[in-house]
Amino acid sequence: MLPWLSPMLQDLLVEAAWQTLFMVGAAAGIAVLLGLPLALLLQATAPGGLAPSPAVNRPLGLVVNAVRSVPFIILMVAIVPFTRLVAGTSIGTGAAVVPLALAATAFIVRLFENALREVDRGVVEAARAMGATRLQIIAKVLVPEALPGLLAAVTVTLVSLVGYSAMAGAVGGGGLGDLGIRFGYQRFMPEVMATVVLILILFVQGLQSLGDWLVRRLSRR
Amino acid sequence: MVSGFRMMFDHPATEAPAAVATDPAIRLTGLRRRFPGAPAPALDGVSLEVAAGEVFGIVGRSGAGKSTLIRCVNLLERPDAGRVEVLGRDLTAVDEAGLRAARRGIGMVFQHFNLLASRSVAGNIAFPLEVAGLPRAEREARVAELLPLVGLQAKRDAYPAQLSGGQKQRVGIARALASRPAILLCDEATSALDPETTAEILGLLRELRARLRLTVLLITHEMAVVKALCDRVAVLEAGRVIEQGRVFEVFTRPQAPTTRRFVAEVIGNAVPPGTLAALPPPGPGEVRRLLRVLFAGPHSTRAVISEASRRFGLDLNILAGRIDAIGAEPFGIMALAAYGAPAAVTAATGWMQGLGLTVEPLPEGEG
Ligand SMILES: Nc1ncnc2c1ncn2[C@@H]1O[C@H](COP(=O)(O)OP(=O)(O)O)[C@@H](O)[C@H]1O
Ligand SMILES: [Mg+2]
Repeated sequence: MLPWLSPMLQDLLVEAAWQTLFMVGAAAGIAVLLGLPLALLLQATAPGGLAPSPAVNRPLGLVVNAVRSVPFIILMVAIVPFTRLVAGTSIGTGAAVVPLALAATAFIVRLFENALREVDRGVVEAARAMGATRLQIIAKVLVPEALPGLLAAVTVTLVSLVGYSAMAGAVGGGGLGDLGIRFGYQRFMPEVMATVVLILILFVQGLQSLGDWLVRRLSRR
Repeated sequence: MVSGFRMMFDHPATEAPAAVATDPAIRLTGLRRRFPGAPAPALDGVSLEVAAGEVFGIVGRSGAGKSTLIRCVNLLERPDAGRVEVLGRDLTAVDEAGLRAARRGIGMVFQHFNLLASRSVAGNIAFPLEVAGLPRAEREARVAELLPLVGLQAKRDAYPAQLSGGQKQRVGIARALASRPAILLCDEATSALDPETTAEILGLLRELRARLRLTVLLITHEMAVVKALCDRVAVLEAGRVIEQGRVFEVFTRPQAPTTRRFVAEVIGNAVPPGTLAALPPPGPGEVRRLLRVLFAGPHSTRAVISEASRRFGLDLNILAGRIDAIGAEPFGIMALAAYGAPAAVTAATGWMQGLGLTVEPLPEGEG
């Protein structure tokens, strides 16, 4: 495989690919786990929601927007103390997951919120008329009805995370992007850069196709 | 003793039990609702009673407050003031859990069906049962009962996107009936359907209402729906009930101008345009009166017009007319131009009224 690269570079490439997969996967997993409840909370506390509450909705929305508006490279450096607290270190692949997960959570919350907002209000009203509790409405109406949109949001987030993860080199996170910069750019090895780019393209294409296929399968519209 | 009493008074199974003087199924008292920022209240003191087992229609123009009113019955909308009593219980006074339980006894059908796109037909019908915590086996058994009731056996596993509008509304109706409610609320249940499908769904509702002895409160902007289905009707305008009564009475003797217009939509007895201008003037010593004659009950088949003409020596020119029936009650409405001596016209009018017909000057706007 990849005969135009030296065995050492091939090893580095495999290691970097695993690092990228780990960073993207872990950050996306955390983002979904934190993002869905947060999005449901935002949606429920919005005006006209299941439990309208500006006192919850406004501050939460502000925090989400604040995180979203900080460029990732700055966010990564700015939260180093927090990263150290959570991961025990601020350097390495594991540590890079912390800022990636934070950025991805803020990103996916808004996408999830949009997907939830797409659910027909009439259907929620019908569920209320049938005597459903708020939790039942969330679990049996909002999430299942929004599922295709939620999955599309996960796909978009995964693809964005691949891009963000390239910046993880700044905190010693490694990964494909980092390899491309260090060897392809800084050591003038265009074949490394080309290979990295090729793998990233295939990776993103694969994610997108898988996501689209799942959305199509689950969509009953 | 109880069983002996029951036996004495038992009716054949097909007949509804004799009406006992009981509480109405729904009693709304002085409902008011004003949406924040709205210039006028959506409900401005509405009081209504719907008797158990009757089909009650509320008709009104778009924006009259119909949806707000029907949503108050299961408190999807909480009125600012007034009482909502359903089956003898004041729902404005019960807590959240009590309200949810009460809602399970009130089925609701929506204009836009409001089905879950992610669930099959069976899944949608089972939804209220799932919400109520019924075990799976019971849910499936109930769904299997309901599907043939609405004629959807073949569509059990289809998704809403694969159904026609009429089929979607059948699912909506089956879902509304799943928890065996005593009361069914219909918010413009046929307004998104074409005329043929509308007739089909109205037929289904009529059948279900009789079979399940439902109390139905429906709202509509179409008087044809009221005529096809309802026992009584209330006309809502700007958040107030401006007229109510038995459908036959309201159709044959509408009082308010709005009601007249609604009725005219269905039993279009309006005189064709240009007819009045083309009428010959009265001869010397004669008058011309434009009359609206309403036949109801036994007279609708009698040859009253020709007899009046002969007896009183009048020329009676029929401008428009229609024979129709509401339920099993026939009636006729006719617009006449009567020519003759003033005394003869007056006498003829009195004679017809003596027979129980309603005779009145042709209302403005119908000529
Ligand atoms: N949620 C709402 N917020 C503000 N205004 C509303 C709301 N729902 C209804 N209205 C207003 O109340 C009036 C009555 O509406 P509605 O009950 O839907 O009438 P109808 O069903 O007879 O068309 C309208 O003027 C409408 O704009
Ligand atoms: Mg309406």
